[in-house]
Amino acid sequence: MDRFRMIFQYFQSNSESVMNGICGLLALASVKMYTSFDFSCPCLPQYNMAYGLGIMFVPPVILFLCGLILNRQSLLMLEEWRRPPGRRKKDLAVIRYLCSSIMQRAMVAPVVWIVVTLLDGKCLICAFSGSMDPEKFVGFANVSTVQVQQLLAKVPCKDDDELMRNSTSRKAVSRYLRCWSQALGWSILLVLIIAAFLARWLRPCFNQATLLQARHWSNYIDMEQKIFEETCCEHSRLFAHKCILHFFESMQQEIQLHRFSLPREGEGAEGEEDLLRGITDQDQVNKLLKRWYYEKPPLDVS
Amino acid sequence: MDKFRMIFQFFQSNQESFMNGICGIMALASTQMYSAFDFNCPCLPHYNLAYGLGILLVPPFILFLLGFVLNNNISMLAEEWRRPQGQRGKDPAVLRYMFCSMAQRAMIAPAVWLSVTLLDGKCITCAFCTSVPVETLGNASHPHLSQGEIQRVLARIPCKEIYNGQQLIANEVAVRYLRCISQALGWCFVLLMTALAFLVRSIRPCFSQAAFLKSRYWSHYIDIERKLFDETCAEHARSFAKVCIQQFFEGMSTDLVAAHCHLPRKAPADAGEAAEKLLGITNQGTMNMALKSWHRCKPPLNLHPPAFPTGNGQAGEGEPLTHPSAPRRETAAYYSWV
Repeated sequence: MDRFRMIFQYFQSNSESVMNGICGLLALASVKMYTSFDFSCPCLPQYNMAYGLGIMFVPPVILFLCGLILNRQSLLMLEEWRRPPGRRKKDLAVIRYLCSSIMQRAMVAPVVWIVVTLLDGKCLICAFSGSMDPEKFVGFANVSTVQVQQLLAKVPCKDDDELMRNSTSRKAVSRYLRCWSQALGWSILLVLIIAAFLARWLRPCFNQATLLQARHWSNYIDMEQKIFEETCCEHSRLFAHKCILHFFESMQQEIQLHRFSLPREGEGAEGEEDLLRGITDQDQVNKLLKRWYYEKPPLDVS
Repeated sequence: MDKFRMIFQFFQSNQESFMNGICGIMALASTQMYSAFDFNCPCLPHYNLAYGLGILLVPPFILFLLGFVLNNNISMLAEEWRRPQGQRGKDPAVLRYMFCSMAQRAMIAPAVWLSVTLLDGKCITCAFCTSVPVETLGNASHPHLSQGEIQRVLARIPCKEIYNGQQLIANEVAVRYLRCISQALGWCFVLLMTALAFLVRSIRPCFSQAAFLKSRYWSHYIDIERKLFDETCAEHARSFAKVCIQQFFEGMSTDLVAAHCHLPRKAPADAGEAAEKLLGITNQGTMNMALKSWHRCKPPLNLHPPAFPTGNGQAGEGEPLTHPSAPRRETAAYYSWV
């Protein structure tokens, strides 16, 4: 009874809680990745925007793909989608349910990365410091256009230039951009949380019965796949056992034929003799091992 | 009985203690978020108020909604609210209880954020630095400064390194003043929240305690019922899958027997169990065909009692699933002895 319950709990809890756990781990990993990444803005007019936006958008794509790869349900969904109908009709609601569940979980880590990036501000400062209007900031008013671009591009790099280090205009630009970056980050987070709240609150109002069915059959497909794999594993274990037994028997027969000797009918040592299967000296063992390598038995135990 | 009680206790304690745990974790997370967040006042006249109040009020709202989103009971509440009446009446008191209990737990993390923010003082300093009373605290008679200029100078109070209004009003004086107000607000807020919580807890038993106990019981019941239903469905799906796969393999081996037109050589009695576990698949070609068939042509979701090869196929209707294999085995053994 206990074993049954343990196995059942493993099957039941495995898909949902493992996937939620992986989702949370990826989110934590993305925060850790960001804090350990050494952001280093190039501070050159043409490169700043590419670098800043690249760091903001490329890792989320990578994290999204990782989220899809690590999720067991993606393979399940693809298989269910592409299989021929055969004797079992395909239910599109199940496939849609699996797809939305996979997407939701995979989107958590990228969103965490983007929000953390925006709240920190370095990426946006690097990307958009060159696009600032120099009129707004006191220190850049009387400088030529080309030079102002260069100066604005150097804003993210504090230690680069002696002149720039303590410039109040540099700090003003930096502060301004950071303020916008943080406001954008908090706004995105607010919008997403409101969307998540509405989705959870309003979902039972629409097609609850269909949703329950889709959820049940998606769990069923998952469990069926696991049990099928388990059955195949058990089958292959027994198959292998039989195959090897046949191999040893055939070796034993061959040895008896060559030796023309009758097997010794020892009384007490019968159990041990059975295990030894008539192979009792070094030459025989070597022959058996060589035969096992050069001439594996056919996959047929009928 | 013991198993039932253990399961019941697990479910009962799980919901409450799990939600309390989530609540505590979120409160800690909100303090951690605040200390990790790099507060960066823009020090510009119209932006200060927006930024300061934004940081003061938007994250608590986010944390409040997050408290609802992470609570599994929200979909249960919505489901109970929207379900058709059917044969079970709906009790609005139960719904109210569930909602109140969720809202109370969700309010803790925002309250922690607000307290920490007010006690720290940076937000209020940033938001209200342009409203500092220059007449009382500073030198209002300082000439040559228009109102706009004064606003711009005051807006730079939070940014010490660029502050240039030392003659107008000393930076430390203004910061201390604003921080003092902020901390006073913070402590008042904490006192108010705690007093409210105390009143709610101590006065509630004076009002309709019996109705409260009833609502609490039935809300727990709905939660446990839903969990048990999910558990039963999962158990059913597992048994269904097992039988489906077993019938799939039996169907495969029957097809093979029909195709090859010979009876399979039956293993001796002592190896019967192993042979049965081999599910009639004894060579590579057969296994490959089984795997291909599993993908190309999945069995229908329809568990059936298998048809008998003998004349009295109708007798198989009422019999349970385990019987059918027995007569077949006996027949095969008889023929092989002959």
